Amino acid sequence: MIPSRRQFIKTGIAGSLLLSFCGWLNAAGARRLSNSEREMLGALCNAMLEGALPRDHEQRRQQVALTVDGIAVEVAGLPLAAQKEIGELFGLLVLAPARFMLAGVGKPWREASVAEVGEFLQSWRASRLNLLQTAYGALHDLTFGAWYARPETWDAIGYPGPPKGYF
Amino acid sequence: MLDPIKTGLASGWKHIDASTLPRGQTHEFDVVIVGTGAGGGVTADILSDAGLRVVLVEEGPLRSSTDFKMREADAYPELYQESASRKTADKAINILQGRCVGGSTTVNWTSSFRTPPEVFDFWQRQFGLRQLSAHSMSSWFAVMEHKLWVRPWDTPPNPNNQVLVVGGEKLAIPVGVIKRNVKGCWNLGYCGMGCPTNAKQSMLLTTIPAALNRGATLYTRLRAERLRFNGSRVSALDCMALQPDGIHPSGKRVQLRARHFVIAGGAIGSPALLLRSGVPDPFRLLGKRTFLHPVVISSALMPERVDAYAGAPQSIYSDHFLHQAPIDGPLGFKIETPPLHPVLFSTTLQGFGEAHARLMREFTQVNALLALLRDGFHPESRGGQVRLGSDGLPVLDYPLGDVIWEATRRALLAMAEIQFAAGARWVSPAHETAPGYASWAEARKGINELPLKPFVCRVVSAHVMGGCGMADGPQRGVVDHRGRHFWLANLSIHDGSLFPTSLGVNPQLSIYGLVARNASLLAAELSGRPSPLIP
Repeated sequence: MIPSRRQFIKTGIAGSLLLSFCGWLNAAGARRLSNSEREMLGALCNAMLEGALPRDHEQRRQQVALTVDGIAVEVAGLPLAAQKEIGELFGLLVLAPARFMLAGVGKPWREASVAEVGEFLQSWRASRLNLLQTAYGALHDLTFGAWYARPETWDAIGYPGPPKGYF
Repeated sequence: MLDPIKTGLASGWKHIDASTLPRGQTHEFDVVIVGTGAGGGVTADILSDAGLRVVLVEEGPLRSSTDFKMREADAYPELYQESASRKTADKAINILQGRCVGGSTTVNWTSSFRTPPEVFDFWQRQFGLRQLSAHSMSSWFAVMEHKLWVRPWDTPPNPNNQVLVVGGEKLAIPVGVIKRNVKGCWNLGYCGMGCPTNAKQSMLLTTIPAALNRGATLYTRLRAERLRFNGSRVSALDCMALQPDGIHPSGKRVQLRARHFVIAGGAIGSPALLLRSGVPDPFRLLGKRTFLHPVVISSALMPERVDAYAGAPQSIYSDHFLHQAPIDGPLGFKIETPPLHPVLFSTTLQGFGEAHARLMREFTQVNALLALLRDGFHPESRGGQVRLGSDGLPVLDYPLGDVIWEATRRALLAMAEIQFAAGARWVSPAHETAPGYASWAEARKGINELPLKPFVCRVVSAHVMGGCGMADGPQRGVVDHRGRHFWLANLSIHDGSLFPTSLGVNPQLSIYGLVARNASLLAAELSGRPSPLIP
């Protein structure tokens, strides 16, 4: 589906309004991830890492939780201005109207399927709005950065890890 | 493994981790040096050797071989600017820059090239820098090559670099062996995470220990905030201590007074410090003409294991495509290889979900080539601009214009052809809509039709240059050929921000050579001795 130009403009204005609202919400700066943010990021990880995550439900849940922890660590290592931007993005995505209007995901994050979240990611990746494209880029880099930073994920890609011994 | 930094600290080096300061302080030295990378390190060595009391100010931490565990999860947040995710303002270009003692020299891939003669010729013609030429600079390059063990790497290239050798041979594209600044290198492949064997002759292991042995003072976790000046002289540098996380200010302030101030905070940090300080800039040149060697990437799946994480990361290059047109014509590009580690590769690889996972499962068979575009010579390639964000920290705008995309397409085509010639079974540019190609014919057609624009085509950079460019007068430069500021008499710039264009080569040796010259001239002036005999 190719949304009309009118739709883009509407979405863009709504997005800017929501972003400025969330900017106000997050003016206090970096903070711990809230439960709703963890749920949202968990749903994103499930879609982003499909094919890399284990199929077993319980194992998958654990791996997703560890990846979300990793994302929180990554964000805390960014300069304050970038932490604020990421905080705004997360704050936006957990608001039901934004999730519905900007991400096109009708259900709460914890109920959204991998396919539904995948569609959302693809729509932002291919968006004509730079704001959404860069948001996709940030989510992509944070998720894969958190996943492949963990030695437990290296077997699957044949990476033996750094050389050992003689140090 | 002996850690020479730990040994030096135990012997009484004056290192102050500013995050531990209980209260603010003021000190006086002969020379304040901001930054400990290629420029700051060489400057500290030469000035301290002339008997001057120097202090080095570093925003990052002091880390050394004991800390270098070859793990991306530790190395990027500890050793790089913004956890290795620094970006241009529009987020279209990711920039790798060091932030630790030794600066980018602690984490670079050791590639060492002299400034090409045609670059000096261009600077002479366009910026009146008649004192600088391949001939006049050759002794300074030789000095630094000797000091830092720069020599051709005679170990066979790793399979990732071998792709460039084989593909180049098949297509009659000449390639060369890269000189590296290493001594007793173990060929591990983890240069980008800090050398764990102390083989890389970075500033961390050479010039900075030399200066500290002579009594120099090193502050870490200290951010240079603002230069204070009266009339035409700088009187002090105000600094802000950071907390141990390197992000939040601790609230403690340090003021450093001196006879002379050398700024070597890199081509984003140095112009930003001068902008924050409000130094005279009547021609509005400060922070302008910032160059990045924008890099585009092509990944290939090879029939055999490549293991691109192992072995010297960059050992082969080709300058063939730098010499197809005049230097100010369509942008030329240099081809090299990047090392591939899981985080660096997975975040650069486009896509998500099963498509991404499928490529990651072939990680050990991936080869990647990179093309660094020589920006700053074509009249329409004017680079970017450093300005200040609302928090006073630097922001870089770098518009990616038509001349960049035209060169990008040629570069993606050239790299794909080389990879297929070397036996690749599949090639894809780092690009959001490239489907990947199974043959050169398919790739040629596909790449010719690819939309090239920001975000869709991945662009990265590891070389930031310009912003305080040299010239023969204040109408077209911020400093003169010695790096001396045109308006403030006791202020020098000694880093990559000096370059009035990019270089077309990895910049470390160009910085070492030029700064060795300029620090020697400065040392003579400040210590009242005759100038060095080398021009």
